[in-house]
Amino acid sequence: MAFAAPPRLHRFASLEFVLGFLLLGGVVFCVVFSAWLFAPPGQISLSSRLVMPFQDAAHLFGTDALGRDVLARVAVGGWVSLKVGFFSVIGSVVFGVVMGLVSGYYRGIWDVIVMRCADIQLALPFILLAITFVAILGGSLTNTIILLIVSQWVQYARLVRGSVLTLREREFILSARAIGVKNGAIILRHILPNLMGPVVVLMTLNVANNILLESSLTFLGLGVDPTIPSWGGMLAEGRTYLQTAWWISVFPGLAILCTVLGLNLLGDWLRDLLDPTGRTNR
Amino acid sequence: MTGFIVKRFAQAIFVVIAVSLIVAVAIRMTGDPALMIAQGATNITQADLDRIREGLGLNQPFLVQYLDSLRGLVTWDLGNSFVGGTPVNLLVDKALPATLSLAFASMFVSIAVSIPLGIRAAVARGRGSDQLIRIFSLLGLSFPNFWLATMLVLLFSITLKWLPPSGMSGFASFIMPAVTMGVILTATNVRLVRTTMLDTLNSQYIMVARAKGLSERKVLYKHALRNCAIPLITYFGLQFGGLLGGIVVIERVFNWPGMGTLAFDAVAARDYPVLQSVIMILALLIVGINLLVDIAYGIVDPRIRTK
Repeated sequence: MAFAAPPRLHRFASLEFVLGFLLLGGVVFCVVFSAWLFAPPGQISLSSRLVMPFQDAAHLFGTDALGRDVLARVAVGGWVSLKVGFFSVIGSVVFGVVMGLVSGYYRGIWDVIVMRCADIQLALPFILLAITFVAILGGSLTNTIILLIVSQWVQYARLVRGSVLTLREREFILSARAIGVKNGAIILRHILPNLMGPVVVLMTLNVANNILLESSLTFLGLGVDPTIPSWGGMLAEGRTYLQTAWWISVFPGLAILCTVLGLNLLGDWLRDLLDPTGRTNR
Repeated sequence: MTGFIVKRFAQAIFVVIAVSLIVAVAIRMTGDPALMIAQGATNITQADLDRIREGLGLNQPFLVQYLDSLRGLVTWDLGNSFVGGTPVNLLVDKALPATLSLAFASMFVSIAVSIPLGIRAAVARGRGSDQLIRIFSLLGLSFPNFWLATMLVLLFSITLKWLPPSGMSGFASFIMPAVTMGVILTATNVRLVRTTMLDTLNSQYIMVARAKGLSERKVLYKHALRNCAIPLITYFGLQFGGLLGGIVVIERVFNWPGMGTLAFDAVAARDYPVLQSVIMILALLIVGINLLVDIAYGIVDPRIRTK
């Protein structure tokens, strides 16, 4: 039959992996070694303002209105995105997984709390939540990370809760309980390892999504401090010069695209690898 | 069935109350609005401040103020903007249609593109065009929407001068914002259509339709698509929240006179009555649509009710 499922191969070195690894690896390399690879990003040189890209070997991506090298600023600006992506996801995973385990295993009041939080999260798009809280707390790197954790942990809690609900009825859990293994040990030793696959997949895609969210917040002036170089901040600056200097707006955006695409490719590859049943399929 | 509807209603009401409490408490944490109003003026006395507070109803207990703001949402009396004193409902009356029309235009673009592409990908499962569509979908998911919008402006407004770069004035001004949001939505929707279609294509009545000798086009678009319609409409409906969130950002790039622009101007001016109203109205819309979608789904597909 034409639509029979093809046998699924474990593709360790698929095209997705290679492309994703190259994109993400390239960006991370440039960001981490930016201090050695590129000119100092803060160097203002009014004599070489708005230099076109690919004209001057010293300014491959051109310069901005203050004569700062765009390539160097893009490389350094990546720190903000990488930090936000990493810490926000670690934070939401830790909190979300714990809440998901507790609510799925013990049910009761924890279950109610998690599910109602999920309802609220569905009704309040991240940007609206962000607008409200930035109006109160002001924007900063830490606040952006906290905001992302607050709005994203529920995803992990829901995913984990769902898996725990089915796992806890499985025979190996029941037998562990029957021979008197303590609840804590059952959760840590028997349940947690069984749900790490989908969690890792969600993490990869979540880093990508959080980088996108952070850059839009910063672009809107609600994220990190505009004086620190960041991709969203550079894009906001570039908007003023869109008519005269397209390169200020093009390169930071390309950097976001490469990072996020790399992460999404790796996430897709991981999903095929770890979670062939597609529970985390969007 | 009644039980299901009652339960979903109760959930929706809970969410609305929770969201409105969060917003109300958050807004009050930002400081005294009377001081903000008085900011510009010189020699303000304590009596003046008290008068401003009384005028805004800020001398009432929190609960009374909160219930007043809820009643305001129902009676469409949303208070006055701190900036210029315009009634907030007049501002919203202008901004909400702008945002909603953009939302529907984006939805339309995305559905028009993702259904044929998703069906194509499902039919060609695992082969060339499926892979190609999958790659494009991943690419679309990775675009920062505001950057895509900026690049479209760069290409079509600044370089080619075909489309207006900003504002809402006629059909041409809708093209770039709707395409931007449409591309981002399509990236997700193609996958949804593909997955749903794959499930349907494996069923027996499709085999029967093929065996009858119906044209492939008829099999796909008449028999299969109709049976995908219910889950797809549900997905599209539930996307509404995310869509509104995205549009709020896009409005900034295109200077679109919608709810997002209203909200950002309100943040910049610390204009809290406007900010609170915008957030509450958008949240109410999203909860309402999710509720309708769920109930409609429950009516059409009884299995969902027991979930």
